[in-house]
Amino acid sequence: MCKRVKETRSSVSTRRQFLIGGAAATAGVAATSLGLVSKGDKNADTPKKLNGSAVVPFYGVHQAGIDTDAQAHATFVALDLHKRTDLDALRRMMRILTDDAARMTGAKPALADTEPELAETPARLTATFGFGGGFLDRTPVAKPKWLRALPGFSIDDLRNEYCFGDVFIQIAADDPLTVAHATRMLLKDARGFARLRWSQSGFRRAYGSVASGTTMRNLFGQVDGTRNPRPGSKDFDRVVWSDSGWLEGGTSLVLRRIQMNLDKWDKLDRSGREQAIGRKLSNGAPLTGVNEHDEPDFSAVSRIGFPVIPEFSHVARAHSTNTRQQIFRRSYNYDQAPANDGISDSGLLFASYQADVDAQFVPIQRRLEKMDLLNEWTTPIGSAVFAIPPGCEQGGYIGETLLG
Amino acid sequence: MKTNILKSTVALFAAVYFVAVLTACTSTQAPTATERVTASRAVTVSDAWVKAADKGMSAAFGELHNNSHHAVRVVTAETSASSEVQLHNTIQDDAGNMVMKESVNGFSIPARGKFELEPGGSHIMLMDLKHPLLAGGEVSFTLRFSDGSTRSFTAHVKDFAGAKESYSGHSKNDDSQEHKADN
Repeated sequence: MCKRVKETRSSVSTRRQFLIGGAAATAGVAATSLGLVSKGDKNADTPKKLNGSAVVPFYGVHQAGIDTDAQAHATFVALDLHKRTDLDALRRMMRILTDDAARMTGAKPALADTEPELAETPARLTATFGFGGGFLDRTPVAKPKWLRALPGFSIDDLRNEYCFGDVFIQIAADDPLTVAHATRMLLKDARGFARLRWSQSGFRRAYGSVASGTTMRNLFGQVDGTRNPRPGSKDFDRVVWSDSGWLEGGTSLVLRRIQMNLDKWDKLDRSGREQAIGRKLSNGAPLTGVNEHDEPDFSAVSRIGFPVIPEFSHVARAHSTNTRQQIFRRSYNYDQAPANDGISDSGLLFASYQADVDAQFVPIQRRLEKMDLLNEWTTPIGSAVFAIPPGCEQGGYIGETLLG
Repeated sequence: MKTNILKSTVALFAAVYFVAVLTACTSTQAPTATERVTASRAVTVSDAWVKAADKGMSAAFGELHNNSHHAVRVVTAETSASSEVQLHNTIQDDAGNMVMKESVNGFSIPARGKFELEPGGSHIMLMDLKHPLLAGGEVSFTLRFSDGSTRSFTAHVKDFAGAKESYSGHSKNDDSQEHKADN
């Protein structure tokens, strides 16, 4: 067992976003031979680095993939542990999965990787692990109080196949081929210990489409996530990272599959859409503001006395002066083959990270449940809660603070 | 006096010549010759893994690196996990099938080079497991080289379903090869 290196939390993210791995040299040679570097370029000996060779460091105080700038593609999987998977088996499983993840995110194939070439283009790959209640039940450690299904919300129409799970993995990268290969490798090594329960895949803008750090848009066309605390900031650390026992340096994840009724949304005019959310569609600015990050003024009223930002709008209902009620969202769009007669089966894989689900997430969700104009066009059809353990150092494994 | 000096000079020349000859005898082909390093010091093993199995046979893989100026030969391997261990190559038999065969000469790792142990290629064969190898566990091995030195390494146990090969000398599709990915 490795000794956990205790680092002080600084306001700067402990993780460098971009490290160019050894494959960059190969990429550089390839770039030259493909003529991507012009002969007249005075920097011809430093060819353009391809994003495919970009590496997000695996080891550290926190697992990667949470404060990491969101990659273009993500697959979320949940597994149900076999009955026979006991505490010893959990340790063995997490050692293998950690080793696989550390290798592949580092641009190396996993051991016994039958498609090693697919691991050579990491494209900022991260693999982030989480544990459900069933995982904790196999250990002598008590579950955090919030590690259970969320309380039922009246707006929910949850389907069993998108709920629960004993083990969770988020696999994300800017390259979908990278995500597919890493997902398969991890699932191959997990299947002796657990059965795949659900798999949900999503996407954001492709790498290079917009400036990195641009707030994402969802399939309603809305700018989605403006109020997010910024990774690396003190606010982010306070909102996201737990300081509690084996979870210190970890966090919690609420993953909800939010189905969007796009046919119904079609019928709503632009003004109605902006009223429902409380923000302008053009740039995500609050209706009382000009720029995206302007503070909403919930007390502002129009000439005839109605609030400029409707009281029932999404942004008004989500807002609280209680600074404890904050979350960090890192969501992905989904767009599957439609069932029945429709032309779309689309929505949002809403992923919310917070140190304490009950204190931070639930109160917001309760307010939205009671009233939120956006509820007319959305339905939560999946919901799962996981404890996200802290990171580890080389020689250790994810989950060691829990499993020993 | 002169005779003594002459004798000393001759002796000195002889000594120098003798040392030169000795050096020449033990030098390698490379002009900047170094002394022969014991194989165990020259060899490192990386990315070692072994197939999970409940019983019967299993196989271990990895990369053997030789950082010396001389080829190094692995002649045997041992592990407490199996009562018998063989070194295997995979070759094409007369029917065109890829089959495993015990290597007669062991594994020769080229100077400043590496030798790959991989499914479908050469590997360390565990002929009779003493206990189940569980995925996520570790198994220690000891390699013995032709110079008598030994090098130990640890292999991670992994489930692996691919690259099935038949063993020439045993029946095809030995059940122990097709272990279930259970733990």
